[in-house]
Amino acid sequence: MARRSITETSPIEVYRLLPRTNCGECGEPNCMAFATRLVNREVSLESCPPLLLPEHDSDLADLSALLAPPVRAVRIGQAEREITLGGKYVVQRHEFTYHNPTCCALAVDDTLAREELVQRLRTISEFSYNYIGRDLRLDAVALRSATGDPDQFREAATTIAATCKLPLVLCSPDPDVLRVGAEAVPGRRPLLHAADRTNWREMALLALDTDSPLVVSAPDDLSGLRSLTKTLRAWGIEDLVLDPGTFVGPGLAHTIRNFSRCRNAAIRDGDELLGYPLLGAPIAAFAGEELDPVRCAFDEALTASVLLSRYADILILQGLEGWSVLPTLIWRFNLYTDPRKPVAVEAGLREFGSPDRVSPVLVTANYALTYFTVESDIKAANISCYLVVADTGGLSVESAVAGRYFSAAGIAEALESSGVAEKVDHRVLVIPGLAARLSGEAAEATGWKVLVGPKDSSGLGPFMKERWPPGPA
Amino acid sequence: MNGRDLVGALGPELLALLRTAGRIELEGFSLELDELEFRLPHGALAPAALVPPGAEAVPERPSDLLEAEYVPERTEYPGRIREVVLGATRREGGSRARALTVGGAEAPAFSLFDRPIVNRPVISMDVFDTRVPMPKALRAPFEEVRDDPAAWARLNVHQFGAKAITVHLLSTDPLIKNTSPRKAAATVEEVLQAVDVPLIIGGCGDPRKDADVFFEVAAMASGERLLLNSVTLEMATAKTLEKVARAAAEHGHNLLAFTGLELNDAKELNRRLYEYVPPEQIVMDLTTVALGYGLEYSFSIHERARQAALMGDAELQHPTISGSTNAWSAREAWMPMPPTYGGPERRGPLWEAETAIALLLAGVDIFMMSHPAAIGAMREALDVLTSWPLEEVAEGRANDWVTAAIGGET
Ligand code: SF4
Repeated sequence: MARRSITETSPIEVYRLLPRTNCGECGEPNCMAFATRLVNREVSLESCPPLLLPEHDSDLADLSALLAPPVRAVRIGQAEREITLGGKYVVQRHEFTYHNPTCCALAVDDTLAREELVQRLRTISEFSYNYIGRDLRLDAVALRSATGDPDQFREAATTIAATCKLPLVLCSPDPDVLRVGAEAVPGRRPLLHAADRTNWREMALLALDTDSPLVVSAPDDLSGLRSLTKTLRAWGIEDLVLDPGTFVGPGLAHTIRNFSRCRNAAIRDGDELLGYPLLGAPIAAFAGEELDPVRCAFDEALTASVLLSRYADILILQGLEGWSVLPTLIWRFNLYTDPRKPVAVEAGLREFGSPDRVSPVLVTANYALTYFTVESDIKAANISCYLVVADTGGLSVESAVAGRYFSAAGIAEALESSGVAEKVDHRVLVIPGLAARLSGEAAEATGWKVLVGPKDSSGLGPFMKERWPPGPA
Repeated sequence: MNGRDLVGALGPELLALLRTAGRIELEGFSLELDELEFRLPHGALAPAALVPPGAEAVPERPSDLLEAEYVPERTEYPGRIREVVLGATRREGGSRARALTVGGAEAPAFSLFDRPIVNRPVISMDVFDTRVPMPKALRAPFEEVRDDPAAWARLNVHQFGAKAITVHLLSTDPLIKNTSPRKAAATVEEVLQAVDVPLIIGGCGDPRKDADVFFEVAAMASGERLLLNSVTLEMATAKTLEKVARAAAEHGHNLLAFTGLELNDAKELNRRLYEYVPPEQIVMDLTTVALGYGLEYSFSIHERARQAALMGDAELQHPTISGSTNAWSAREAWMPMPPTYGGPERRGPLWEAETAIALLLAGVDIFMMSHPAAIGAMREALDVLTSWPLEEVAEGRANDWVTAAIGGET
């Protein structure tokens, strides 16, 4: 049974259910503008205060239903550090955009000595990588009951609660173990892993008692997942997450198939029983026959990348070294950028250091990553200069050159409108090495002498030492 | 009676029915479900809101599992990706030991696994005809052969198991060595003699020079079914496209149509090529950008192209290729970084493999790759994903990670 897709909801339909007073409290000029942003999921209903008044109760309910994602949004963790899983509207990101970036939960277990545990928690909380001006971080901690001993589990959970603010996932097939763990972290609303065909009654009670979201697990068994969600919904539990099983190695095809089936069923066929966030466990790479930890981390990273592309809403990870975590965090960030908007910075002129009339003039693309990379390299090399940011439609230099968004004419135009010619006495422009092909045409179009800079802006420091000021033409 | 009243009157059974049936008949009238659902407030589908007073409710907290079977459905698509043959055997007028067929997809790649894959994607290993700046970790495996394209190709085939080779004639670039078309063709000839796998021939990106080089190479290697990498709209502007396309048609080679992340351009270029070559000789390069530098654009453009092609857009029904070696342009692949990030010999291959695998999932058919470790990972993934029927999985294994003893320096 197909449900209407996100792209078929019209702003008019939404507008009809709004208060229609054009009061402007939402920050939009009128209700229609707000409706359009609602349909694009750029704002939420709470941003319209009048709608929250009792007289609009039924409109609010209708709007919530109309705008509800086919994959439920499930929140884990306590208020300030809450994370939302799922809330997806489309299967492929180009159909709309993905919301709620996949949560990356790093595993710890109850065999670790207290100091080791605290150390690992610190590494998890402090991990950070600056990528195009944003800090990429790990999001949550997953505590595994490796010993099966409730006391050990309680102790580890208590330590985590006392030292780490990140949202938690508690993992054990034994409801008694999980219960002591959940009770040791009161108010944290941990995600409980997991209810299966055998233990679901106890797990359901635990989820209800602790008001916690619950994972249902049925490896390679979608009928099992549907049966579990159907039953738990009848118990009044709606905050559910699906674990269709993560197999690394020969079973990976099953994993991908199950993830794809769940997501397609939920969004294309309107199957509510599979309309929940998906949990992937690349950590399974560490639980197989492979013993070499480097190889395990490599396989885990590849599995994580596959599951990010194939709809996972939360991942359980073991490898904590930068080289294996980094591609996962970057790909996650990339997939969740809005494909409707290029990741662009504003075009125009930027000044670094204290440039004067003989300082270099550089040009680059307005793709955010390109810009921030160039910016940090200029700063690191301590170069005083002018940087002309050309509008390349938000594409990097390389793709912009290939796609002809970065052309000699474009460079000339950017140079002209930047007004940098007023600020320097020379007429020498440094273009990116990746745009070397354009140097002749660019010289012609601008009337400036063109120097081809390094292919990677990390080479700007040495380049400037060697080539600036340029000799007489 | 409208849909909302219906739900009120009939309660949850109706909704249960709604979830399974395509059409329901009630005394006196029938209703198509699409029509009904359209009128249903979405919230009505949540069980809590469904139980009107007095209606028979689902029993409170059922004590047994309510079975709800999942029944997979196979989706048929009106479109199909064309098949393109790379390389020609002696019998077919070439000199390759075996030809490779790519394309043929009838459904999105590696998603629902509801049918066997038609042709296994191909990995082609790079060879460069001149020393281009390359990160140390990338060039290390090839240090001995960097000045000898034929030896490089042999190493790729014999030591690293390459099933196809891409010869990048970068030295022809007027900004590099400006090697003549004749000399470039001689390089290709040497490689043809050194190995017997299908070849992809890369140019330098200059629309005029590439046309001259491909023209020469096409004639020298007549009948070998090379893939000429690439023809572009820039060539159309420079009026050199026809020359290359006609040479490809005359000598039986394939053309790689390269465009920059823009499907309208891809379609336009293909339309131009149809004037000269059969569509079964065209492969598309929609541009591969490295992970971290815009891979998501490449990923989505490939997903879009494949979806449109399967839905019937004949101008996009071509196999696609990815220059996954581009992953190494990401500084995270090759730069020295703090110790936790390991060395480029670890990061680089992972970067290349991740870039390739993302595009594999988006439907790409041919991968131009470099690092043996990345290629190894990619091959393992292909072995798993292309086996049919799917290999069985061991019962229960999936959740071993929950209780496993995991040690080591992680
Ligand atoms: S706050 Fe609500 S009522 Fe006021 S203009 Fe915005 S949408 Fe309309």
